[in-house]
Amino acid sequence: MAVSGIIFIGFVLLHMYGNLKAFSGHDAYNEYAEHLRILGEPMLPREGALWIIRSVLIVSLVVHVASAAALWKRARRARRTQYVMKKNNASSLSSRTMRWGGLTLLLFIIWHLVNFTIGKVNVSGGATNDPYNLLVDTFDTWWMTLIYLAAMLTLAMHLHHGVWSSAQTLGLTNNTRARRNAKTLGWIVAVVIAGGFSLVPIFVLAGVITK
Amino acid sequence: MKVTLKIWRQPDAASKGAMHTYELDGVSEDMSFLEMLDVLNEQLNGKGEDPVAFDSDCREGICGMCGLMINGEAHGPEVTTTCQLHMRSFKDGDEIVIEPWRADAFPVVKDLVVDRGALDRIIQAGGYISVNTGSAPEAHSVPVPRDDALRAFNVATCIGCGACVAACPNGSASLFMGAKITHLGELPQGQPERDTRVVDMVAQHDHEGFGGCTNIGECTAACPKEIPLDVISRLNWDLHQAMRHGH
Repeated sequence: MAVSGIIFIGFVLLHMYGNLKAFSGHDAYNEYAEHLRILGEPMLPREGALWIIRSVLIVSLVVHVASAAALWKRARRARRTQYVMKKNNASSLSSRTMRWGGLTLLLFIIWHLVNFTIGKVNVSGGATNDPYNLLVDTFDTWWMTLIYLAAMLTLAMHLHHGVWSSAQTLGLTNNTRARRNAKTLGWIVAVVIAGGFSLVPIFVLAGVITK
Repeated sequence: MKVTLKIWRQPDAASKGAMHTYELDGVSEDMSFLEMLDVLNEQLNGKGEDPVAFDSDCREGICGMCGLMINGEAHGPEVTTTCQLHMRSFKDGDEIVIEPWRADAFPVVKDLVVDRGALDRIIQAGGYISVNTGSAPEAHSVPVPRDDALRAFNVATCIGCGACVAACPNGSASLFMGAKITHLGELPQGQPERDTRVVDMVAQHDHEGFGGCTNIGECTAACPKEIPLDVISRLNWDLHQAMRHGH
């Protein structure tokens, strides 16, 4: 759970960096997208590096979801009679919504891939063969931006607890200061990643990033 | 003061339980929570009704027997054991919901009494050190760094009351296990069995049907001895080390 989660954090950091290329304009963004496909050539075939990354992500996803399902099942079996009254005094909302939040993210990722990678859906009816234009068309649609921002809020919450929780699972928070640092890092990672991802759709909707 | 009590009543492990409501008048704020229940039971006895069964032993906050879920909080609103909770923590006219610890690994014996034998079996699996009995060895022969000794003492205050399990949304006993593993693992005497201890205790914990830890942190907030979450990190670290050593 912790290791696959850390792999995802590395991926979303890279992904966010790529997205911010949208601020450099049409050509820079599309060149970056194309470069991802020829990365490692001629040692690797076209899209070789991309498929290596995708394989690692797919394996991580299977591990992450399988661990989550196992923990969920164990938790359900551990308390089959519920409390009439139960207060949660010390836990963050993000820690208690990891499971449903994770499922929400999974649904979003499926839609996101259909939107930009596998299906390439342009909700405004325009062309889909130009990554930059597809991006602008998508986030010019207010409800697409809304869905995206809601997903980023879910991602921020997932990361807020996930960062600290993975540090704890790996046994790296063996004293008060390390625990505090891990929790602070959780906030930083959550805000930087979700914030960085949110910039592009917001600026598209605001008319700063245009075709 | 007058309080309304909503208490889980269950005649025995096999029967189905339900919440029952009792009105109790003349409660003094100087009474402990358990004394308040004693007063209720005297009244129930007087009426020929079955008294409410609950666990208690030392009533000094050091044995860990008296665990009750009070208004959705393990041991009630104060950071202490149920026996050290006093009625001054409540107001006149309050409604107080009292339930047993809820965990399938802690089956209800009767009313508010649960069987916490699962925690004993986790201790039996590895929560010990093996030493020869006889005359005590010279204490100075084994130097212990001060910080290690303090940490071991601090987490050794765990009384195995089960509040961590009761408060945990996953029904995990990781804080309890982590306290024992840190307590013994910090000291030189705990080193020979350090790997097998964590592996065997975790195996028994999972076998008993406790849930897995997701680091939510309700356990440490409910702990009357304020065992910190660090001990779970230590548990995980020791488990990784043991696995690396081939266990």
